[in-house]
Amino acid sequence: MKKTNVLIKGNIRQYVMVIALAVVIILFQILTDGVLLKPLNISNLIAQNSYILILATGMLLCILTGGNIDLSVGSVAGFIGALSAIFIMKMDMPVLVAIILSLVVGVIIGMWHGFWIAYVGVPAFIATLAGMLLFRGLTLTALQGTSLAPMPDSYRFIASGFLPDIIGGPDGINVLAIVIGIVSSLAYVIGQLKIRIDKQKYNFEVTPLKVLIPKIIGIIVVVNAFTFSLASYRGIPMVLVIVSLLVIIYSYITTKTIPGRHIYAYGGNAKAARLSGVNTKRVMFWVYTNMGFLAAIAGIVFTGRLNSATPKAGVNFELDAIAACFIGGASTTGGVGTVIGAIVGGLLMGVLNNGMSIMGISIDWQQAIKGIVLLGAVAFDVYSKSKSK
Amino acid sequence: MEKYVLEMKNISKLFPGVKALDSVNLKVKPNQIHALVGENGAGKSTLMNVLSGVYPYGTYEGDIVVNGVTCKFKKIKDSEAKKIAIIHQELALIPTLSIAENVFLGNEQSNAGIIIDWHKTKLKTMEILKKVGLKESIDNRIKDIGMGKQQLVEIAKALAKDVKILILDEPTAALNDEDSDHLLDLLIELKKEGITSIIISHKLNEVTKVADEITVLRDGKIIETLSKGIDEISEKRIIKGMVGREITDRFPKREHKVGEICFEVKNWNAYDHMDESKHKLKDININTRVGEVVGIAGIMGAGRTELAMSIFGKAYGKKISGTILKNGKKLHLHNVKDAIDNGIAYTTEDRKTSGLNLIDDIKGNICIASLKSISKGIVIDANNEIKVAEEYRKKLGIKSPSILQKTGNLSGGNQQKVVFSKWIFSDPDILILDEPTRGIDVGAKYEIYSVINKLAEKGKTILMISSELPEILGMCDRIYVMNEGRIVGELNSSEASQESIMHCIMQSH
Repeated sequence: MKKTNVLIKGNIRQYVMVIALAVVIILFQILTDGVLLKPLNISNLIAQNSYILILATGMLLCILTGGNIDLSVGSVAGFIGALSAIFIMKMDMPVLVAIILSLVVGVIIGMWHGFWIAYVGVPAFIATLAGMLLFRGLTLTALQGTSLAPMPDSYRFIASGFLPDIIGGPDGINVLAIVIGIVSSLAYVIGQLKIRIDKQKYNFEVTPLKVLIPKIIGIIVVVNAFTFSLASYRGIPMVLVIVSLLVIIYSYITTKTIPGRHIYAYGGNAKAARLSGVNTKRVMFWVYTNMGFLAAIAGIVFTGRLNSATPKAGVNFELDAIAACFIGGASTTGGVGTVIGAIVGGLLMGVLNNGMSIMGISIDWQQAIKGIVLLGAVAFDVYSKSKSK
Repeated sequence: MEKYVLEMKNISKLFPGVKALDSVNLKVKPNQIHALVGENGAGKSTLMNVLSGVYPYGTYEGDIVVNGVTCKFKKIKDSEAKKIAIIHQELALIPTLSIAENVFLGNEQSNAGIIIDWHKTKLKTMEILKKVGLKESIDNRIKDIGMGKQQLVEIAKALAKDVKILILDEPTAALNDEDSDHLLDLLIELKKEGITSIIISHKLNEVTKVADEITVLRDGKIIETLSKGIDEISEKRIIKGMVGREITDRFPKREHKVGEICFEVKNWNAYDHMDESKHKLKDININTRVGEVVGIAGIMGAGRTELAMSIFGKAYGKKISGTILKNGKKLHLHNVKDAIDNGIAYTTEDRKTSGLNLIDDIKGNICIASLKSISKGIVIDANNEIKVAEEYRKKLGIKSPSILQKTGNLSGGNQQKVVFSKWIFSDPDILILDEPTRGIDVGAKYEIYSVINKLAEKGKTILMISSELPEILGMCDRIYVMNEGRIVGELNSSEASQESIMHCIMQSH
């Protein structure tokens, strides 16, 4: 019992945020007379927030290295969006080639920031502030102040397409979505069982069944309700596939691999990490390179959703991504935070936005309320930390 | 009835799950140096934090009586108003401000309102510096003066507030012998001017030298108070009170099995990291043998840490030249990883700032330097990690509820055991230990010494840097003496003594 308490205490911030998200969803479900969780709106919610979630995933890694942020991601996303549109419309490249090339440019931009930060020693705040100005300027120059539209269908598919129902079924029901829901539930159960068996093999303590079983059931119910709901609209949106894959991959990297461990070690104590054989400069370089890559994906998704490349695309994205990480429990001094946390933080803001929009609350108010939420979440974090001391 | 300048009556302080202080009664007579000793976690610092108002009135039980008046300190300012000042182990000075600015920080001298009177500030600072015996320009910045001088500035700061009771937490922990002596003399000097000092210290030789009364704490309780001239005051006597048993030998015995030379550093030169014109290490030649414990003695700033770090994959220094040979083979160490891969380990002198990730748990800290050995490819085997951490927790006797405990919450001795676990797990042949027992208590020191002995018996080579001469003399087979970036002496354990080491240092000037 004591152990469980310790466990819960250690992760309290995450639990609180998940509970907060659930509360906000229920609240808006009631306030919007059930519109929030309508299949159409759920699809919308995903599409609306996908690029912020993608950015938040990369931003989390930056923040983990010691509270460093990347201010340039909005501008970079805008620039990559513009670049891909130019590749396709002005240079007549095939869509796939244009996208791959755009992603490569994103990686190079990330390396550019990483170089200045890791190897020259320019503070991340300054280097990426410079990047923010630089790439916003380049976006404006590249587009010459106008928008490029419309994008080809195959490009738009990334942002607003749905997985085709290859199985086929009754009208209006996307069977593939339901199947995916069931398959991922099964995979989850098998994964949990495997962890349990492995731990028992080593005679380690395992989560008590009375905690584990409700948790598994809860997650299965939520996942399947979610996919069923999507099935009754148009199925699984392409962006959901992208976001889910990224979340799984980055969660895995941060929690299970050596590079991930090095990032946390760096953020926890840079000096100790360096003297333990962690190549701290390389860690910093790759974290920012990765951010460039994810900013490029976000840029392509956003351009596809908007169906045009505009000079103002991506403005303030960086702030939303940063807020998502901090709401999701990342520490401002580094070394603490999870990808899932950042996603929960991003979703919390997304649901607030969406719910308030449905209720007809103006965008100006939404901004203000988001500010309060961010402040409240971090204040709660600081308070609970000072309490536990 | 005797008069006391300070009485703490029945003080109890609870932390979640621990009773840090249990009905403690402390009585301090005026114009004395009162020492507070005890193992880490005995409650010394907690008691002083209660006294100085760090833990406000209401969070503890009992009474504080200063000069016969019962006080209820809600904050540090309240205790300062009663002329009590505390100087913490981590100094509260601003590195970028000058000495004068620091001395009057929070106590700025002004004629009217918020305008600082610099003339007055500087005159007063000069006066106080003379009193504490600090010969340094008052305009020098704190970051440019040594630790010993910084400690004196802290005392000057307290004197500027006209204190009557001065509390010092481990004042000499980071000081060399010379600076320590100066500081202790100063406390005796201040005694004559009516200032009572309470010092918390692990250095029992200093305590027995200067203290008029010694209070021994163990597990949150006062065991005894010894008075000079009445009780027998000896290190042995105090240790017995601290640990509840007699430690007959402070250094455990080791079976000496010294073998061939296995590690050599030749013609080693390095320049300062920040300032490439500063020649920090000059033509150093040292070697170590299999199963040998080699000490590097010297005063602070001799370049010992710099030597260790420059060997450890060029973690310190610019323009490094010289060769490192291991078993006769030349090593090319470009970074820390190279050093680790070639079987070299280095435990830093300051475990908190550069040895541990304090926000990570025991498990993560033990494995961070050898992740490859518990991983398949780049994927860490979490279960293997737990197994390794549990193994070392048992082997080194790390006292904690679990390996998931954050290292920031461990005592100094246990933190050091985690550092040792990390480096022993990296399976080195050569371990460079920088101040391995700094700031840890007698019991934990003994355990660390035992670990070092076991490693040596297994054929590892230990290079031990320490500022505590008894430790160097008690542990090492051979001792190098360093001064001003040079090796100025090499002594065998049979010929080494405090005097002979000091002799090497003095002669080199």
